[in-house]
Amino acid sequence: MNTPTWAQLVNLGAAVLFILSLKGLSSPKSARLGTALGAIGAVVATVVLFFTGIELDNLILIIAAILVGSAIGWISARRVKMTAMPQLVALFNGVGGGAAGLIAIVEYLHLGDQGDFLFSLFTVLTIIIGSVAFSGSIVTFLKLQEIMTTRPVVIPAGKWITILVAVATIATGVWLFVDPQFWVVLLLLVLSLAFGVLFVLPVGGADVPIVISLLNACTGLAVAASGYVLNNVLLLIAGTLVGASGTLLTREMAKAMGRPLTSTLFGAFSGTTQGGGGPGEERPVRSAGPNDVAIMLGYANKVILVPGYGLAVAQAQSTLRELADLLTARGIEVDYAIHPVAGRMPGHMNVLLAEASVPYEQLKEMEEINPDFSSTDVVLVVGANDVVNPAARSDESAPIYGMPILDVDNAQQVVFLKRSMRPGFAGIENELLYDPKTTLLFGDAKDSLTKVVTSLKAL
Amino acid sequence: MDGVALLTIFVLSVFVGYEVVAKVSTILHTPLMSGANAIHGIVLIGGIIVLGSAEGILEIVLATLAVLLGAINLVGGFVVTDRMLEMFKPRKSVANDRDGGSL
Repeated sequence: MNTPTWAQLVNLGAAVLFILSLKGLSSPKSARLGTALGAIGAVVATVVLFFTGIELDNLILIIAAILVGSAIGWISARRVKMTAMPQLVALFNGVGGGAAGLIAIVEYLHLGDQGDFLFSLFTVLTIIIGSVAFSGSIVTFLKLQEIMTTRPVVIPAGKWITILVAVATIATGVWLFVDPQFWVVLLLLVLSLAFGVLFVLPVGGADVPIVISLLNACTGLAVAASGYVLNNVLLLIAGTLVGASGTLLTREMAKAMGRPLTSTLFGAFSGTTQGGGGPGEERPVRSAGPNDVAIMLGYANKVILVPGYGLAVAQAQSTLRELADLLTARGIEVDYAIHPVAGRMPGHMNVLLAEASVPYEQLKEMEEINPDFSSTDVVLVVGANDVVNPAARSDESAPIYGMPILDVDNAQQVVFLKRSMRPGFAGIENELLYDPKTTLLFGDAKDSLTKVVTSLKAL
Repeated sequence: MDGVALLTIFVLSVFVGYEVVAKVSTILHTPLMSGANAIHGIVLIGGIIVLGSAEGILEIVLATLAVLLGAINLVGGFVVTDRMLEMFKPRKSVANDRDGGSL
């Protein structure tokens, strides 16, 4: 158990690198450097562990598991499409939480009831928090991957079942102190996993990223608690750093979406999720062909493009940029309006557009561009819906009520490129689609944009 | 190390973690979350320690799984964060990368 002084100093260095890493990631200029520093800290700390003279049995198994795990992590991170990146982050977070929970269980099996009070306390905490982060993250992954519905899942009396499971989890944790037996550990594990699922199920739509961030902070805390169990200072520091910064980040994200964290997490329990969904069957909309849209855009003075997740799904970022370049060449003022949660996560759309080499200067954030809509001739909304839905301002029963939106309804004309009349990720009807100044062009975003570009070239 | 020393480290780390990301811009929320996610992948070390002293099939299987999951979290976390941030490079160099090496 006695770590040599030099190794403790190396661990201190790794902890400092982690702090610098988080610091670096808070600003665009130093973000990549920040990632590199964190990675260096992690590698150094891991390698040094093997030379501290601690007794490591199963060495071949250790090396093999590290190699296989690293390969899985590396390959999935390299291969994932940028659009699917949020769910991969959720998955990585989940397995981290799972690792912390497993560590606590193994350590408990190993030491049994020889540990003191605090050891038992932190073991129980690690198992609970780690398991919740694990099962919760898996559910968010399934939601974002659209393997299960993205809407809030409200089970009858779900609120009471969740509270019951939470109480039972805590009671089982206490039981483990009084009567340490292995099957109680298993019960605790099962209850914690169930709580994670129940906790995330009622969260839907645009709130999912906020929950990922919260679960990320949870995993941090589980890792910190496991650091206590193993008497390892580096785990304690790294886990706590992530727990604290993750909590702040979660609050910031919730703020960017204009809703208090409590309503994100508990809003769905109240069951007001069908708001604004009622009317809208067979109502008339105005649709047009690509040629009409090209003419509207080509003879405008000022155009604002509103990209959304649908654009990314259709992989149409470059085509949109081509359209923007053509319009600019015609002397038309073109900007991109980026909602803070456009895409699936805050900042996701910026990443996707940067991938298509759209210059930064044309990307305008919501506060900056909102006053401009009233002086804009045509707004082209590509694959976005919830972030331009006026229900967020007016309909108190809508799940997105209170979220700041892009005021595209102030523009002279609005063109939506949509696949169908299906509502957006949050699952609510958008009244703006039925507005007389709105034109719809149905079809795959990439196809539609390509056709508009072709027509525009012919003008 | 005794409980109070660990508690001291814990409390101070809370403040550092909170302060260090206090002024993050919206566009970096996702990369920052992903970076923090990678950092808690250091749980890998904990996995190695418990596997190093594990005895019996059950302990060994669970601890091996912990090492495996920890490694996925750590390596995958850093790689995916770096991939996101790659997109924020200035326009020219992104274009050059495309032409140069397409892996």
